Amino acid sequence: MQKLLQLPVNAVNIVKSVQGVVQGQEEALSPVLTPDSSPQNWYSAVQPEELRHLRSGGMGGGGEGSEDRPGLEEGLTSVQSQPLRHDDLKEMLDSNKDSLKLEAMKRIVAMIARGKNTSDLFPAVVKNVACKNIEVKKLVYVYLVRYAEEQQDLALLSISTFQRGLKDPNQLIRASALRVLSSIRVTIIVPIMMLAIKEAASDMSPYVRKTAAHAIPKLHSLDPEQKDQLIEVIEKLLADKTTLVAGSVVMAFEEVCPDRIDLIHKNYRKLCNLLIDVEEWGQVVIINMLTRYARTQFLNPNINESLLEDSSEKAFYASDDEEDEDKKAEAAALVKRKPYVMDPDHRLLLRNTKPLLQSRNAAVVMAVAQLYFHLAPKAEVGIIAKALVRLMRSHSEVQYVVLQNVATMTIKRRGMFEPYLKSFYIRSTDPTQIKILKLEVLTNLANETNISTILREFQTYIKSMDKDFVAASIQAIGRCATNIGEVRDTCLNGLVQLLSNRDELVVAESVVVIKKLLQMQPEQHSDIIKHMAKLIDNIQVPMARASILWLIGEYCEHVPKIAPDVLRKMAKTFTNEEDIVKLQIINLAAKLYLTNSKQTKLLTQYVLNLAKYDQNYDIRDRARFIRQLIVPTDKSGALSKYAKKLFLALKPAPVLESPFKDRDHFQLGSLSHLLNAKAGGYQELPEWPESAPDPSVRNVEIPDWSKCTSRKDRKEKKLDKPFYSDSEGDSGPTESADSESDSGSGSESASASDESGSGSESEESGEETESEKEEEDEEKEKKRKKRLDKTKAKKPAEESAERCAIHTSYQINTIAPSGSIKMYELLHRITGEGLAVEYCFSRQPFSPDPNMVAVQIQFTNNTNSETKNLHIEEPRLQSGMRIREFAEIEVLAAGESVTVVMGIDFCDSTQAANFQLCTHTRKFFVSIQPPVGELMTPVFLTENDFKKEQGKLMGMNEISEKLTLGEKCVNEHVIVERVTATANLSRVPCGSDKECRFAGKTVSSGCLVLVTVTTKEGGRAQLTVNCEKMVIGTMLVKDIMQALSQ
Amino acid sequence: MIHSLFLINASGDIFLEKHWKSVVSRSVCDYFFEALERATEPENVPPVIPTPHHFLINVLRHRIYFVAVIQSEVPPLFVIEFLHRVVDTFQDYFGVCTEAAIKDNVVVVYELLEEMLDNGFPLATESNILKELIKPPTILRTVVNTITGSTNVGEQLPTGQLSVVPWRRTGVKYTNNEAYFDVVEEIDAIIDKSGSTITAEIQGVVDACVKLTGMPDLTLSFMNPRLLDDVSFHPCVRFKRWEAERILSFIPPDGNFRLLSYHVSSQNLVAIPVYVKHNISFREGSSQGRFELTLGPKQTMGKAVESVLVSSQLPRGVLNANLNPSQGTYTFDPVTKLLSWDVGKINPQKLPSLKGSMSLQTGASKPDENPTINIQFKIQQLAISGLKVNRLDMYGEKYKPFKGIKYMTKAGKFQVRT
Repeated sequence: MQKLLQLPVNAVNIVKSVQGVVQGQEEALSPVLTPDSSPQNWYSAVQPEELRHLRSGGMGGGGEGSEDRPGLEEGLTSVQSQPLRHDDLKEMLDSNKDSLKLEAMKRIVAMIARGKNTSDLFPAVVKNVACKNIEVKKLVYVYLVRYAEEQQDLALLSISTFQRGLKDPNQLIRASALRVLSSIRVTIIVPIMMLAIKEAASDMSPYVRKTAAHAIPKLHSLDPEQKDQLIEVIEKLLADKTTLVAGSVVMAFEEVCPDRIDLIHKNYRKLCNLLIDVEEWGQVVIINMLTRYARTQFLNPNINESLLEDSSEKAFYASDDEEDEDKKAEAAALVKRKPYVMDPDHRLLLRNTKPLLQSRNAAVVMAVAQLYFHLAPKAEVGIIAKALVRLMRSHSEVQYVVLQNVATMTIKRRGMFEPYLKSFYIRSTDPTQIKILKLEVLTNLANETNISTILREFQTYIKSMDKDFVAASIQAIGRCATNIGEVRDTCLNGLVQLLSNRDELVVAESVVVIKKLLQMQPEQHSDIIKHMAKLIDNIQVPMARASILWLIGEYCEHVPKIAPDVLRKMAKTFTNEEDIVKLQIINLAAKLYLTNSKQTKLLTQYVLNLAKYDQNYDIRDRARFIRQLIVPTDKSGALSKYAKKLFLALKPAPVLESPFKDRDHFQLGSLSHLLNAKAGGYQELPEWPESAPDPSVRNVEIPDWSKCTSRKDRKEKKLDKPFYSDSEGDSGPTESADSESDSGSGSESASASDESGSGSESEESGEETESEKEEEDEEKEKKRKKRLDKTKAKKPAEESAERCAIHTSYQINTIAPSGSIKMYELLHRITGEGLAVEYCFSRQPFSPDPNMVAVQIQFTNNTNSETKNLHIEEPRLQSGMRIREFAEIEVLAAGESVTVVMGIDFCDSTQAANFQLCTHTRKFFVSIQPPVGELMTPVFLTENDFKKEQGKLMGMNEISEKLTLGEKCVNEHVIVERVTATANLSRVPCGSDKECRFAGKTVSSGCLVLVTVTTKEGGRAQLTVNCEKMVIGTMLVKDIMQALSQ
Repeated sequence: MIHSLFLINASGDIFLEKHWKSVVSRSVCDYFFEALERATEPENVPPVIPTPHHFLINVLRHRIYFVAVIQSEVPPLFVIEFLHRVVDTFQDYFGVCTEAAIKDNVVVVYELLEEMLDNGFPLATESNILKELIKPPTILRTVVNTITGSTNVGEQLPTGQLSVVPWRRTGVKYTNNEAYFDVVEEIDAIIDKSGSTITAEIQGVVDACVKLTGMPDLTLSFMNPRLLDDVSFHPCVRFKRWEAERILSFIPPDGNFRLLSYHVSSQNLVAIPVYVKHNISFREGSSQGRFELTLGPKQTMGKAVESVLVSSQLPRGVLNANLNPSQGTYTFDPVTKLLSWDVGKINPQKLPSLKGSMSLQTGASKPDENPTINIQFKIQQLAISGLKVNRLDMYGEKYKPFKGIKYMTKAGKFQVRT
């Protein structure tokens, strides 16, 4: 890696030129940089959503980058002027002085902060990823995380620095390496991230494990296909006993697999007990999750009360003939109702969350409050009120959210907040949105005893300068009046007084509210209606005018003299009214026509005629409809008989309801509750179960945890709970890998491998009954199926990876079983117009430069004329790659062929080397892409050396897979042949005949590559590759597996 | 959880953006600007704004909007609380949290934001840990840095995140070991027209400044802990001990922190330290209004009431005010109609008053709304609830620290309706 980073100057230039070319194409192709070696299928991996972001980000960069208003011209000038400034930044970054680098990085970060596009500096910045200076390094990380997604190829250059960091003895360095590695959103490193997370999940340091937990959602959002493996890691981390990890892993759980509630059972009590020591943000997440968990596992503590309520209600409404049945049902319910006993685990949760009401963090307090609201017995919910009232002292945003939740709570449990009534009194300095919410709470809290104080308070609010607030206050008075019968008259009088207010908005709002109130008892209030009829001359607000007209029309019998007069006035101004007023005028006319046709016949005709030619089609429609209905003609339909009934039907009084009425079906404290709409990712709060699920699932055998649990127990569990066995079966294949790489990973893997080898064991123990054997077989069967599923699931991912590796211009045929050297086609006879070119990896050292891979190229001239001046031009290489051309072939006669050798330093990557092959007449674009096995040269080691080196390359650097050998791989000889055909390795002598070992080193950086194939009975084998370069290791494993399983 | 953060100043410019996941285009802020336009006052912008693909959660502090972009369900308070924590951290680092300060320290800001969130989930929010990771800029350090080329980032790796006491770093050393505690109480009250109290509450905090060597373990006890009705603690306080013995036992963080905030139960009668006599009236038909205000001390336990500031939002119809203060100075802003009177100290022998006339818009009718009077004041050496610290003991270290306790009472939201 060091070499990669200390790029020679010309390499930098190459990078720049690649950059330049790519940027030229950028606009035409897509905003995401796509060097042509990168295959199209990367796109499919990027979510469409992400692409959108990328696009907007990428395009915004030019135009919006400028500090002021984004404008096209400015965008252009900034594009023109930026290259200059960026050049000096590049220079500074290339210098040896840390201070210069730091200065440059600071300026770059400042530009990022302002939203300017600095992506063209990527190659220059990424070189400094291994810089010694901590601050430079940190800023480079900041840059890298920001731009890696856009420049995936170049970002790969930095990966090995982090890989090295992952092995650092210092836990903080390990953690930060994992953090940055997982933050780079580059799809190709998904396998590396997966490995790193798995490794870190069993790290000694809890801090590293915490970071691993943080990395899980990152990987999940990058590649959702990894979900199953990630769930395994989550399961493992959930078992962690440190407070540091708990919050983070639950957060990962919520994001990756919130429905896998079964993973929580075993950890439930531990989480409850740890809760108070977890950091505050973790507490919030855990409490929210546990609320959901408790809803699925425990019984409703208020079940008896709700039953009581139900039955009393039924009795109240039941009609006589149904009564008997009802009584029976009631009796049944009473029988069913058992004395409720709270599950001790339920109690544990309530008890352990209670102290957190004292947290300084509003989010924690709110989380506990909602937990109590949703889970606690009615009698205990009250304790949260005090804490919530305390939050009202906090910032106005906090107040806003808390008040919304309090408003919902007050509808269900009014008594809880009654003692704190005065805390919701409104100050003139509160922002309007807070005032309105407080008003809502006050209205909800109003009852017979406190209504007089509340109304007095409302009276002062009506005098406020804030008109929106005044309007809301008037509505609140209206709601109090409807809810509490005793004060209805007082309220009505108060509102009528407001009708003489100077402010029109106040009057209008009062009219609307009075209308609603009058509907409840119109008989007693004809004088108010008269008063309002007078107001119609002055009030201009349409809603108020409409309300008055409706009132007069509806109760025209109470004001028989005034009503026609009002209609007369309105007919005069009809054309100038707003639409809602017009509709009400038509309504009024119709009603009067039906009750008092003598006086109003002409007026009604007149109004209907006006309406007939109105601009609004609603009004025209209404007029036509009403005319048909009320005016008797010859052809009038059956309906006109019922006109009076239709228009003057008794209308139910409107119910003035709180807008917070049914909000409590959303989990309180959630975003969805606040918006009263489901937000993405919202988890429904489940209803209480009818009967309690088995509480024993939460039992944990504490003493046995460290040891291997007895097999019998495990089996029993498996039998009665298939869910569990599934999840354990899932982890089977990978666990074996774990157990080798990490001896400390615990009992699970040990026992699992125990089981996998149980075939022979069960035979030994003759006492075991037959049935048990069957079980075991079943188990194995299941496991095998799982494994199959697994490989199936993996396939798409593998395929895409392979497609990455193989450039489209040529194909690798399946690797031949023989050890002969394979030829690849570089240029086909037809596309080359008679010139055919093939190449192979000769596996000879390339003498001019030992760091290069020798590629033997064979030209065949199939034309009738000679080809001249064969040479290479314009190599376009990934940064760090080098190429040593062969000497120009001056003449290639017709029908002749010639072989030359060129050297390519692939920089230990399987990226293709692209170049042009030129003849005297034509140029052909070609590319050579090496199979991973060709990137190494054999090394000769003794058995002891091998073991020593292997010991150094444990952990992250070790990849091992199980496989089943192909039919032809019968003996050691074939295995050796196949492995050496796949990769350029040499055999290492070995004492055991079950093992074959191979060693080699990568050509350009000289990293050791150690391969071990251990054969087992029944054609199974285990393949282990140790290599510092994990990408190489992973790919090599894949290739060798393929070769061996054929 | 938190996808991105945008900082927007009062004039509506986005001057800083930070993304923790994929980049979200800043055009998402257009929805925020729409809401800003709709809101009449800057504080009336709804804290949560839904947009087609995201949710914007914002807080307004120091005239800067901190707008967080959220993509999926998350408790809104979680985000709001975090944003406030960010502001507190900036304030802690730069002394003030203004646009200029953020722009000047943009690199430190970026480093802080990077440490505080990982993939949108809070990572290190404890100020002590952050200060180990990223040294706050001071004048001296800036000078030294420019000369030696050293940096703000801590040389050693911090251990705070790993210790059992995450809020305190190890190896703290002071030559003078001191521990100061400030008991500050605020009175929130609404007084009605006739001078009777509608509602009054006392909210208090105990702020501490602890500079002690090593790992001291402190206990603080009150003479009358029963007064405290509802409390919330810094995470360092051992809750069980408080439950059982009503004693605050804790290993303090290094430096300044809020140990405790409390609420004194509203059942107790709250002493109101000042009274206001007012006579604000407008006559029908005349373009003049009368304004008279007199302040006086009441139930102050013999302490002086200082730093008194009276402010009132006069009705929109008022054109100008021509007043005469017996002490202090007053200002009236004819645009915002805000009257403020800086009184200073109340002398019980000679009560401060503000008298004069207001001129109204000619022809306008008499405003029917009454202005509310907001009062601020301070009383030193007094905790109005009567709370008293009994003793402070230190365990775990050998030296003798200097201990200091200070009491103060302030007006919180103290309003007089007229």
